[in-house]
Amino acid sequence: MTQSFIHDDRDMGTPAKEGAPVTLTIDGFDVTVPEGTSVMRAASEAGLKIPKLCATDSVEAFGSCRLCVVEIDGRRGTPASCTTPVAEGMQVRTQSSRVKDIRRGVMELYISDHPLDCLTCGANNDCELQDMAGMVGLRDVRYKSGKNHYDISGNGTLAQGDARARAPMGDLGNPQYIPKDESNPYFTYDPAKCIVCSRCVRACEEVQGTFALTIEGRGFDSRVSFGAKTDNAMASDCVSCGACVQACPTATLQEKSVIELGTPERSVITTCAYCGVGCSFKAELNGDELVRMTPYKHGKANRGHSCVKGRFAYGYATHNDRILNPMIRDSIDEPWQEVSWDEALTFAANRMRGLQEKHGRRSIGVITSSRCTNEETFLVQKLARGVFMNNNTDTCARVCHSPTGYGLGQTFGTSAGTQDFDSVEHTDVVIVIGANPTDGHPVFASRLKKRLRAGAKLIVIDPRRIDLVKSAHIDAAHHLPLRPGTNVAVVSALAHVIVTEGLMDEAYIRERCDWDEFQEYADFISNARHSPEANELLTGVDPAELRAAARLFATGGNGAIYYGLGVTEHSQGSTTVIGIANLAMLTGNVGRKGVGVNPLRGQNNVQGSCDMGSFPHELPGYRHVKNEDVRNIFEDAWGVKIDPEPGLRIPNMLDAAVEGTFKGLYCQGEDILQSDPDTKHVAAGLAAMECVIVHDLFLNETANYAHVFLPGSTFLEKEGTFTNAERRINRVRKVMAPRNGYADWEVTQLLANAMGANWQYTHPSQIMEEIAATTPSFANVTYELLDEKGSIQWPCNESTPEGTPLMHVDGFVRGKGRFIVTEYVATEEKTGPRFPLLLTTGRILSQYNVGAQTRRTANVAWHDQDVLEIHPHDAELRGINDGDFIKLASRSGETALRAKITDRVSPGVVYTTFHHPDTQANVITTDFSDWATNCPEYKVTAVQVSQSNGPTDWQEEYNAQAEQSRRILPAAE
Amino acid sequence: MQPEKMVSMANQIATFFETQPGTGQAKKVADHINDFWEPRMRIQLFEHVDAGGKGLSPLALDACSYVRMPAD
Repeated sequence: MTQSFIHDDRDMGTPAKEGAPVTLTIDGFDVTVPEGTSVMRAASEAGLKIPKLCATDSVEAFGSCRLCVVEIDGRRGTPASCTTPVAEGMQVRTQSSRVKDIRRGVMELYISDHPLDCLTCGANNDCELQDMAGMVGLRDVRYKSGKNHYDISGNGTLAQGDARARAPMGDLGNPQYIPKDESNPYFTYDPAKCIVCSRCVRACEEVQGTFALTIEGRGFDSRVSFGAKTDNAMASDCVSCGACVQACPTATLQEKSVIELGTPERSVITTCAYCGVGCSFKAELNGDELVRMTPYKHGKANRGHSCVKGRFAYGYATHNDRILNPMIRDSIDEPWQEVSWDEALTFAANRMRGLQEKHGRRSIGVITSSRCTNEETFLVQKLARGVFMNNNTDTCARVCHSPTGYGLGQTFGTSAGTQDFDSVEHTDVVIVIGANPTDGHPVFASRLKKRLRAGAKLIVIDPRRIDLVKSAHIDAAHHLPLRPGTNVAVVSALAHVIVTEGLMDEAYIRERCDWDEFQEYADFISNARHSPEANELLTGVDPAELRAAARLFATGGNGAIYYGLGVTEHSQGSTTVIGIANLAMLTGNVGRKGVGVNPLRGQNNVQGSCDMGSFPHELPGYRHVKNEDVRNIFEDAWGVKIDPEPGLRIPNMLDAAVEGTFKGLYCQGEDILQSDPDTKHVAAGLAAMECVIVHDLFLNETANYAHVFLPGSTFLEKEGTFTNAERRINRVRKVMAPRNGYADWEVTQLLANAMGANWQYTHPSQIMEEIAATTPSFANVTYELLDEKGSIQWPCNESTPEGTPLMHVDGFVRGKGRFIVTEYVATEEKTGPRFPLLLTTGRILSQYNVGAQTRRTANVAWHDQDVLEIHPHDAELRGINDGDFIKLASRSGETALRAKITDRVSPGVVYTTFHHPDTQANVITTDFSDWATNCPEYKVTAVQVSQSNGPTDWQEEYNAQAEQSRRILPAAE
Repeated sequence: MQPEKMVSMANQIATFFETQPGTGQAKKVADHINDFWEPRMRIQLFEHVDAGGKGLSPLALDACSYVRMPAD
């Protein structure tokens, strides 16, 4: 029933190494491991556990606890097995009276300064100190209680509870005692339980790369500290990724949930439902109560690491705001009425069918969710194509990475990102353009930073000085702070330098690309108008810096480009993606480890939702609906006739709604009113529809305009798969029953059947079978293979039965790589006297997208409102002080929020996030969009900033409407 | 949708293909529109052209002769 799917995830003591095989003998057993492996790890490989405290396999060995000492023939003394590398023919003994005595002595010393509250300790049953005391056979502590760190009153008791009971009120008789730091909402730091093994400090450095923790003092005074002595966890640089908690062998750094709920007894491997990194987690539970989420060591995207969202921010799943019963209403000014599933589905089906009868087949459509599973998304687009009988299906990728689909499709022949995340370990020069990985893709950022600390060079192209430009032990070689909207000009200028200075990889281009097209491109790009000097006025980028960056990228070894929505969400988004592909081809950087073009996808399953045919012009597997042979595959499978015409994209749906030809929408797991640009236009479109079905966890903003609400289920409550940014298909496993009664795929099936379909799926694996049968890139994917391998990167078919970590290895998917000319065209969104500043938007670490999930967790402790970043110069001109309420206005609308004065943004540029509906940053953004895909131009809006007293009229009206719309009548008896 | 918005979208597509080397740009613009524009958008484009095609760039206007009239 409750299988865990955990592959062996023991702590091997020290990290795995790569190298030539070395054979040694440990306790009489031969073991062969790669050169460079520690004796400790070799013993673990042989199934022999050596006691240890300061070693763990997520960080390099440190050799401080001396518990792991062993004897090695021919070597003097008792070396620490964690820091001793293996050697050919080595003879090791892990148990001898000498090492056993040493270990007991070490343990005795540790325990002499550790409270003996084991039974009431948060780590009871999950404490390595406890385990080691047992393993070494510690039976007595001969030291008298003396100077120590745990006894609050200094009156000589061994247990803290006893000490508190015996101490006079408020007596802090022990100056060494430091009270627990409970400032972080998710974990506590209890210095009294610390054994100063430094695992937390090393995890913060090596795994996360934040360097928030340090050891203060020397000898007996050594203490773990969050930066300065006076800082607590929340006041420090800590990003709450949980790496230190994961590494801590005792209760010193402990999840508050474990303290509250007890240690978990079962775990299930599943996949995080936040960003496109797609980290694997162990959901650890008692019964169906989730105790904690811990990063899974064998997760191939995250390799045992996590961020504050995936690790801790899952509380929304049980938040009181969740809607668990279906609701309907005739019109949006009425309160909601709770009804049975049957009644809600019949109401929805009748309305949708009625609209089609009255307004035509193409008057209704769907929006698939990039947060739901592949199987669920597949069913929603199938609902449009096979039940609604039109292609009106789209997904939030429209507003994020649709230009990636177009740009990489045109140049390489597939929209697929070219690498896996492991590839970054082989990179020498990284370009990060229009992405902020430390906030948006934090676990990938940690892996990138690890590589940068090992010597790789970094070029950041971004209007803001993002954290990667300069942070602990990271210093970008070049930061090109371009003016928003000039990506094409900057990317072209980089290519200009590479071509005119002869730095391109001609042999690669001749072999892999179309040479004639390259020559046309080379002629175009060599023109002096593309030079960094000619472009400077436009882009604001120092030409010398740009030239140096181009030279570094072309000559610095393996070059990889990582990009995000700062590239795509522009009127020339597709052109910039093409320009990035050109750069990679020019420098020979596609088709092997360490290089490539890497779109950092936003949502957990945005890759999957695109793969599954969510776009209105493409059936699953990116095949255009105009192709009869492709339609035939699905027509045969589904027994219906598929419309050969492309359907409406999200912005087109809204336009059609306003003009009265689009009347009904089934929107699964997406909040277009908050996330899509030009809120007033979105609201007008929704208000004009006659049947809006919102299928979600919460009454989101879009639901303010809905007629039917179908309760959704969380990722913890269903089976399925997510596909991350590296095309990795990961299993999502049900760890608890859906609180709303149904998994989302079941709800879609119920709706389809209420509309006359006869779907009979009883498990998502059957949907995956249908996907595999109809979609060549998924042909070999099965749940059995996923369980066996852990994950699979598509394409996975006859020629690549175990998946494809790297694309274009022997040549581009389309045959010859295609260079395409990228002329810069200025956006129509221009600054002027009324709107002199440029607004660009983004997100921050602790919040996710529209915040529907993270706002319902303790993550609000880090970001409880959106703020506007403004340069001191622009603030001073306007008389704005830090923290002031300001009005932000564009030609689309206006809102008010607080100002944060910072030189992270350049003069003339302001920045905010869109996580809070009270601010609704998208009331400001415009309806301009990418020329090829209609991806909105979120990243460039001409705005004015002025002083304000409080919320704008629009905000007040919006909130009043939202409140009115969220009324729920009690269910009829 | 608003005619100005449609015109601007068509012109944006034309502007891209205008910068590309080679011939047959009008056909390429039309192919893009045929691949991505839903029937009612293409019908609106035809209606706009019939009404004089105000605001459409010469290439966008040219392209309209290759845009496919939706079957139904």
